[in-house]
Amino acid sequence: MSLTTTRPLDGLRARVDRFTSRRASWIPVFAALGILIALLVAGQVYFGNFITPRVLSSLLLDNAYLLILAVGMTFVILTAGIDLSVGAVLAFTAILGARLLSEGFPVVVVIPVMLVGGSLIGLLIGVLIQFFDVQPFIASLAGMFAARGLAFLVSLSSIKVEDPVILWLQTKLFYIDGWFLSPTGIIAIGVVIAGALVLQFTRFGRTIYAIGGNEQSARLMGLPVVRTKLLAYVISGACAGLAGIVFTAYQGAGYPLNGVGTELDTIAAVVIGGTLLTGGSGFVLGSMIGVFVYGTIKTAISFLGAEQSWTRITIGALLLMFVVVQRVIVARSSRR
Amino acid sequence: MTRILRHRLVLPIAALVALVLVNTISRPSFVSITVRDGQLYGSVIDILRNSAPLMLVALGMTIVIATRGIDLSVGALMAVSGAVALTIIDGSGAPDSPATLAIAIAAGVAVTLVFGAWNGFLVAVLGIQPIIATLVLMLAGRGIALLITGGFITTVTSTPYKFMSQGYLLGLPFAFYVSVVAIVLVAVIQRRTALGVLTESVGINPEASRLAGVRSRGIVWGAYAASGLLAGFAGILYSSNIMAADANAAGQYIELDAILAVVLGGTSLMGGKFSIAGTVIGVFTIQTLKSTITFLGVPPAVSPLFMALVVVIVVLVQSQRVRGGTLRLWNALTARSTKDAEVAR
Amino acid sequence: MTEDTAVRPIVAMTGITIRFPGVLALDNVDFALRPGEVHSLMGENGAGKSTLIKALTGVYAIDGGSILIDGEPRSFAHTADAQAAGISTVYQEVNLCPNLSVGENVMLGHEPRRAGGIDWRATHAEAARHLGNLGVAIDTHSILSSHSIALQQLVAISRAMVTESRVLVLDEPTSSLDRGEVVQLFGVIRDLRDRGVAILFVSHFLDQVFEISDHITVLRNGRLVGSSPAADLTRGELVAQMLGREFDELASISQAADRSIDRGGHPVVSATGLGRRGVLEPSDLDVFDGEVVGIAGLLGSGRTELVRLLYGADHADSGRVAVRGSTVRLTTPRHAIENRIAFSSEDRRAEGIIGDLTVAENIVLGIQARRGWLRKIGGAEQASIVAEYIEALGVRPADPSMLVRNLSGGNQQKVLLARWLATAPQLIILDEPTRGIDVGAKADIQRKVAELAGQGLAVVFISSELEEVVRLAHRIVVMRDRRKLGELDAHDTNVDDVVAAIAAEAREEAREGVA
Repeated sequence: MSLTTTRPLDGLRARVDRFTSRRASWIPVFAALGILIALLVAGQVYFGNFITPRVLSSLLLDNAYLLILAVGMTFVILTAGIDLSVGAVLAFTAILGARLLSEGFPVVVVIPVMLVGGSLIGLLIGVLIQFFDVQPFIASLAGMFAARGLAFLVSLSSIKVEDPVILWLQTKLFYIDGWFLSPTGIIAIGVVIAGALVLQFTRFGRTIYAIGGNEQSARLMGLPVVRTKLLAYVISGACAGLAGIVFTAYQGAGYPLNGVGTELDTIAAVVIGGTLLTGGSGFVLGSMIGVFVYGTIKTAISFLGAEQSWTRITIGALLLMFVVVQRVIVARSSRR
Repeated sequence: MTRILRHRLVLPIAALVALVLVNTISRPSFVSITVRDGQLYGSVIDILRNSAPLMLVALGMTIVIATRGIDLSVGALMAVSGAVALTIIDGSGAPDSPATLAIAIAAGVAVTLVFGAWNGFLVAVLGIQPIIATLVLMLAGRGIALLITGGFITTVTSTPYKFMSQGYLLGLPFAFYVSVVAIVLVAVIQRRTALGVLTESVGINPEASRLAGVRSRGIVWGAYAASGLLAGFAGILYSSNIMAADANAAGQYIELDAILAVVLGGTSLMGGKFSIAGTVIGVFTIQTLKSTITFLGVPPAVSPLFMALVVVIVVLVQSQRVRGGTLRLWNALTARSTKDAEVAR
Repeated sequence: MTEDTAVRPIVAMTGITIRFPGVLALDNVDFALRPGEVHSLMGENGAGKSTLIKALTGVYAIDGGSILIDGEPRSFAHTADAQAAGISTVYQEVNLCPNLSVGENVMLGHEPRRAGGIDWRATHAEAARHLGNLGVAIDTHSILSSHSIALQQLVAISRAMVTESRVLVLDEPTSSLDRGEVVQLFGVIRDLRDRGVAILFVSHFLDQVFEISDHITVLRNGRLVGSSPAADLTRGELVAQMLGREFDELASISQAADRSIDRGGHPVVSATGLGRRGVLEPSDLDVFDGEVVGIAGLLGSGRTELVRLLYGADHADSGRVAVRGSTVRLTTPRHAIENRIAFSSEDRRAEGIIGDLTVAENIVLGIQARRGWLRKIGGAEQASIVAEYIEALGVRPADPSMLVRNLSGGNQQKVLLARWLATAPQLIILDEPTRGIDVGAKADIQRKVAELAGQGLAVVFISSELEEVVRLAHRIVVMRDRRKLGELDAHDTNVDDVVAAIAAEAREEAREGVA
């Protein structure tokens, strides 16, 4: 058995082989893309006016906050962790921002405060996990409790936001040919691109993948595991803060009951987008596709006039399918 | 003396006692019990009654955690059983008849039992991580409940149904008896049969258990099915309390409260040895905590913040690092000579 | 390659002593590694090899002695320190990231950068260069896990070369390799050696050690037993050094070989061609009623693997098992238990005891599992069974409510034995039952085994202590390097004979029985 290059047979077979050996982790992403396209096409066939610039633009607009959350969650899940606090942190930063604005603080101060607030909660979670050996599930649960409580501490009811800058983020629409784009959409896309670049081209990003692949090995290879894991949760928290800003702009108000269940939607989007919960495999672009799948299902359901509860059920079913398939593939390859 | 101090239940009991003391000192009315029409009333009685749904769920969660798993779907399952039961009563012509009641409850609980078995299948047979396996139903379950109620919050008037959570029996709330029956049943099944020991064995050392011939698959499967069943009953109680099937509010965050109760009671999240008594104490502690928070004038919506603090304190206390550090500190402080301190390190 | 002892060692460990609670892991051990040599470190489990390596690579702190790297005294607090000093380790499990590409694994943490970000083209080019230096040409973009363990090891080695290591520690590198892959690996090792790298080679495979080493050091029970150039050592001497000659305190146990075994009828259990790819070559094993079959061989020879396949703890690729003449399906432990076969694993901590349960609960676990969950063995029934076995095996302290993890190793082993004996098996497999336990407990267990065999129980007995095997067995199966070499009749055999059998030169053709 030769240890040097497996001499590939020329032609399609060889190219497929090379693809699978190089880019196996892209396959679930392509699967997600396939599902997205299938959903869009099915919607078009069923409703007639589904794949229109208006509908597609709304997809980004309505789900910008989820997109940002998904990027942060991708970082965390890649390290084989999980962050259940993002929905609550979104609500907390949103209501905090709304409160500060209503009390006269300038938006220039409020926005950084929201981001820092989210990052701090993320840091707390990361510290619990890294230095006190608390399972990510429990630590982020505590974070979720804390953030939710803090949100209500800030205000028991919703607070309208009238700050022009914030509102501009959502209401200013750039029209191109029937397509429209808001600053929130631009921010969301920006975050996706930034996330993708960091994961692909920085040592920090590659360490994230390494930790997810085998944390013990990463440590033995001399990588800064502790620092990186902490930073992953800080990023998730910061993204939740940013999503809070975007969501406030979207709703025109802060509301402490926002984001209930959003963490689950986020996790579902990330998993459907091809990121493995066991860590080490997945892409921010995949999570973006997962968010669009979620958004498309939601749109289709509202088109159908059916109850919104079907969205969660469908997402749940899709999540299940993906997880089972992931499991089967893993079991198959480990038996090899 | 050290033997007593080292007993597993010391910390949980101490925590509960401390909590009760603090409450009594700040409002002596806490422990007062009044009798009206042969029925007992008071803060403590409220705790006994209101803790019933959490008690049921926490009992199931204890078993699941003992197998090194977790069940996140219990809240959603509560919503489902309530929805099923109330829909049946609503649709029947005789909301007050015991037969309708029996069918409604049986159906509601049967559905969640099936869902629980489904969770068990995913974990025990397909080998899916428990968090993810039960996350699916956590996501989809409430949607399913909403579908069953047609998107509305179904309300019914049914005296016997209402009785379950709001009625009295021999002076004490009926719901409390439900708790007691559940506790006794679970304790008997776990300890009088070999199920408890085998479950602990699987949780402590799955590989050694496998080599010893223990049927791990069946045990894990059963644990999730039991959790589903108990969640079903909890959902019945909850909907009986508000006489409505509210798919969104039913059991909200109860999975987290249940996990906390189990952990407070001394059962480790890593699985293995579990304590029903510990869970019972944990449930009462949490319920008392909630009562305390309400009394302090904290809006109930903010109470999660306190829960977070409790979670952090509990995990810190249980954390090896903190234990190790405290032990070193203790030894350093009480060392007779520098040599002792060296050895203690 | 001739040795030049005048060359200064790059690693000089002197008088190394390491203590753990209750155990002296290393006792005044000296060890020297020279540049441009392949030095093998050998010893059984618990001999102290891995402790010595961990002292060198910064995982353990030393309690006594000193380490000189290139003449300078060094003390490592971290694995990163050792790496910085030029010492790299390639572990048996190949500690790399399976989800990343080959090139990335080679360069991780040292990727060339450009304009603030990683320059992937340069990274892969450099990785390819390092791999090429080892004679490996593979697609650096391919994912690591898509390659064989052999290749992954080479990737790990070239990673060590990226950091310009002067010492390369290879921990059991050939355990998962087939013959061709071993040849390739050895070519790389020789090449690195010729370039001046000092290579510390740890392996159980006798043949390979002699094939590749320039120098061999043997540890036993934490002490240095011998260190000499490979050319000056014979196989027999090496095996004898490793297994040693323990003072035979247990001669009072009568020679089991005095009893003759009736091999006329069907064996209790008969395995034919039992094997698993990469783990064990197809092997045969028969055991008769009342017979003790001992399996002798070094660690890694396949003894445990064989019995695990027999019990159904692992899945066999080939072969079949028959119980009293009828073929049975033995793919899970439950099948084995149904056929009244019992198995006591060599790793009692990870695979035997349920530490947080009591002695009583551990003892009845076997029968309870077989009986099912409904009918609990409790109260009086449990008490009497437990008391009987505590008495029969001499478990100390004789407290059924004590948690098993608080017992000494010897007593834990007795509890395990009790668990299995309580199920009234017809065949019991004991894998290293006397490892790591005190002499008294060893004697008790061996006495019990002899007694049970006398009463008709069939026993398979694995031990690294050849005296025990020779003392108890009627027949001895000899294994080496994952295959069965042959069998010996224990009647007139002594330890020397077994040692010789194990050390015998490997033949390329079909194995011959050493009668």
